[in-house]
Amino acid sequence: MKKNNLKAWLYLLPAILFLGVFMVYPLIDVCVYSVEENYNFASQSFTGVGLGNFKYVLSDPYFVQALKNTFLIVAITVPLSTGFALLISLGLSSIKTLRNAFQTIYFLPYVTNTLAVGLVFMILFKKTAYTDGMVNLLISKFGGTGVDFIEGPYWAKMFVMCFYTIWIVMPFKILILTSALASVNQDYYKAAKVDGASSGRIFRKITLPMISPTVFYLIITGFIGAFKAYSDEVALFGTNLNAAGMNTIVGYVYDMLYGDSGGYPSYAAAAALILFAIVFTITYINLTFSKNKVQYM
Amino acid sequence: MKVVLENLTKRFPPRNKKGAEVIAVNNFNFEIPDGQLIGLLGPSGCGKSTTLNLISGLETPTEGKIFFGDEDVTNLPPEERGVGLVFQNYALYPHLTVEENIIFPLQNLKGAQKMSKEAMHQKAVETAKLVQIDGLMERKPKEMSGGQQQRVAIARALVKVPRVLLLDEPLSNLDARLRLQTREELRRIQRDTGVTTIFVTHDQEEAMSISDLIIVMKDGVVHQIGKPQDVYDEPANLFVAQFLGTPQINVFHGEVKGEKLYIGDEAVLDVPGRKDMPVWVGIRPEGFIPDENGPLTCRMDRVEVMGRDVSVVSTHPQMTGRCIRSIVSSENKFEPGQQTVRFRLKPYKVFLFDKESEERV
Amino acid sequence: MIEKKSASFSRVLIYFFLIVWALIVLFPFYWMVLTSVKSFASYNSEYIPRFFTTEPTLDNYVSAFEAVPLGRYFLNTLIFTVATTGLMMLVIIPAAFAFARLEFKGRNAVFALFLSLMMIPTELVIITNYVTIVNWNMRNTYLGLILPSVTSVFYIYLLKENFEAIPDELYQAAKVDGTSDLKYLVKVMIPICQPTVVTIIILKVIECWNSYVWPRLITYDSNYFLVSNGIQEIRENGFGRENTPAMMAAVVVISVPLIVLFLVFRKKIMAGVSRGGTKG
Repeated sequence: MKKNNLKAWLYLLPAILFLGVFMVYPLIDVCVYSVEENYNFASQSFTGVGLGNFKYVLSDPYFVQALKNTFLIVAITVPLSTGFALLISLGLSSIKTLRNAFQTIYFLPYVTNTLAVGLVFMILFKKTAYTDGMVNLLISKFGGTGVDFIEGPYWAKMFVMCFYTIWIVMPFKILILTSALASVNQDYYKAAKVDGASSGRIFRKITLPMISPTVFYLIITGFIGAFKAYSDEVALFGTNLNAAGMNTIVGYVYDMLYGDSGGYPSYAAAAALILFAIVFTITYINLTFSKNKVQYM
Repeated sequence: MKVVLENLTKRFPPRNKKGAEVIAVNNFNFEIPDGQLIGLLGPSGCGKSTTLNLISGLETPTEGKIFFGDEDVTNLPPEERGVGLVFQNYALYPHLTVEENIIFPLQNLKGAQKMSKEAMHQKAVETAKLVQIDGLMERKPKEMSGGQQQRVAIARALVKVPRVLLLDEPLSNLDARLRLQTREELRRIQRDTGVTTIFVTHDQEEAMSISDLIIVMKDGVVHQIGKPQDVYDEPANLFVAQFLGTPQINVFHGEVKGEKLYIGDEAVLDVPGRKDMPVWVGIRPEGFIPDENGPLTCRMDRVEVMGRDVSVVSTHPQMTGRCIRSIVSSENKFEPGQQTVRFRLKPYKVFLFDKESEERV
Repeated sequence: MIEKKSASFSRVLIYFFLIVWALIVLFPFYWMVLTSVKSFASYNSEYIPRFFTTEPTLDNYVSAFEAVPLGRYFLNTLIFTVATTGLMMLVIIPAAFAFARLEFKGRNAVFALFLSLMMIPTELVIITNYVTIVNWNMRNTYLGLILPSVTSVFYIYLLKENFEAIPDELYQAAKVDGTSDLKYLVKVMIPICQPTVVTIIILKVIECWNSYVWPRLITYDSNYFLVSNGIQEIRENGFGRENTPAMMAAVVVISVPLIVLFLVFRKKIMAGVSRGGTKG
């Protein structure tokens, strides 16, 4: 059995190597970068150590805009998508005919290329000189006035953004919630029916408590995912998100690394750490809250 | 192949810092003759599976040596010992067919032993015939009954022609009827192949019925080795006497006084040449003969009819346990409402054990 | 009777609601296929877009492949996906095996360390990885694209749990038969855990096919673009003046492989995702 020691490490070696180079070292390195002030990528030199990068990032109007956008996206899409997914899953679990077909259709967005379908959304919502676009056509049918959702007012852009984000995240949530609903023991429902409980009461008193761990799991992962929003935005508004006023924190990090502002890994590191701090705090709050509220069975 | 265990000891380190070291196998010394079927018998947790693992090489002993014939195999890895092992849950590879399962060990052979595909197939069919599953070669394990899976497991263990065949609780996952059938089968296969076979069981009936030799152990210590009937007739100590035989042996508080055995105030048996001492008296159920003038008076509880025999359930102030069970011929008639029953004892079914050491006296 | 009526009414409502969402999901797909078969002229002449076309054409597909190196993007994505997934399996399977089956000093400590890495978001480490790849002069190379994503702690964890579910007796039986650890892994463990292995491969393929952020950082030479970057490139510079139908043709071509994969492995993919996959 002594031979095993060496052999085991040999089996682990590739994983350790890759994780070391691309996970552990970067983790340390990002902290180092974030405190190196005025880091110059070309000469790999810096002028001092301190919190200057954080100060710069926090006072950068682009970052503030990105922060605002990100929080709006999170605040709008997470509750809406979770609630909506719950409704759809409840609907799905109450029918038998076509259930499989619906489930298959609902899952489609999960397997599509975000960038590619984003283009379709852009076409649908965009108003150009040649056409008002699909959505504006619908709006005018119902007596409203069209608006360019892609290059128009902020609220319109935010609307498309959130709509697309919800469209993208729904498949996962529906899938998870449907399987959670399916795993609730049917005997509870039978018992409640025998006791004469109304369907609303059954939902509040039985279904919801039983699936509450799943709902909270979705909310937590939803928060984390929404805070990292980026490629959906690129899909709709193009790579120059700052110009469109639709940048996100992650987008800001990448722009700092590469793109129009040129390589500033120190600013990128500071912004990434700020993001991590925010996500960590929110997740922590969520977990504490769910520990008190969620009834685990 | 003769198997010899010499001062074999296996200690496991404590599970946590506070726990004590576990001695699973304590200083074993015995020799298993070539070509015999040996039952390793004991209550669960007595170290019998560890013994098997030591012989197979899956565990290495803390001290002591293991010999196959004259060869010291103590430090050989399992694959070089040439053992076949059958697990309690069979451990068949679920994704392979019966034939692929049986061939699996052959594919590992290296060097001069390496076999051609054709030869392996030949060998697999031959072995499958031996255990009578040659009609099921294309099945997957989950498509077979427990008994059939068992046979596949045995075939897989035999295909390499092992020097020693080891079976861990081979019958415990089968239902009662299949168990009887399979144990005959096991006996036959062992006779046909002549391979030295050691099987572990906690079921004394199973061990007694097919073994050439049984080894009774408890808490990592061997209590007795011998032919099944000999061990039953001459148990070395109270544990062995209690462990073998159904219904269990009846145990009384007793005393030897003036070459007579007393249970309570009644002298039940002459014991010439015995010293005066307090003893445990063990009486096999079949050692009781109903006799109106018999010396042992018990309070009658009930009579259970079993057909050929009847089982008389009674109580006595000096007994240990819940009741006394005696098996007597159904020719004896018992009156309904009878309050007491008196017995004579067959001397060779009565065993005396030291009160302290519980060893036979 | 009233009870029955309200039950069937709510049933209608549920179906209505489900169908509306199904339409919202399907409509973009319909629109993209529809637009891709409208000719450039007819598309541009529709100030009010029409919901069908009477003269479908495949010209857009031809121009999509001619105007931008779509085939090249495809090939790149294929190479990237196959190489990344293959390499990842080679890295994670032995690691999961070591954690599940081999006994060695420090196993629990190392495993705990691995698990804690699961919490680290890609966004945090991507900065240094970018710098690393730039320093290794690996921009615009396949290696630069592939290397950072060939390990996944989550998949190691998933696989290890699966490996551990295989009874110990199987391993002991194999040992007694003289099976080496490697052969046991390849011939017994992987076949038994095949459903999980397939799930992991599928999830990774989806992830690779859709990856955008890392390829965008690492490649600026369009010879190394993946389909996502290609799409972005088309959107910003391709097809001259807003050739939307050709753009949609490209989008269809890019979307089809994964949708086909999904329809074939529907059950496996959905089961795999619900067991803990998250997008990205």
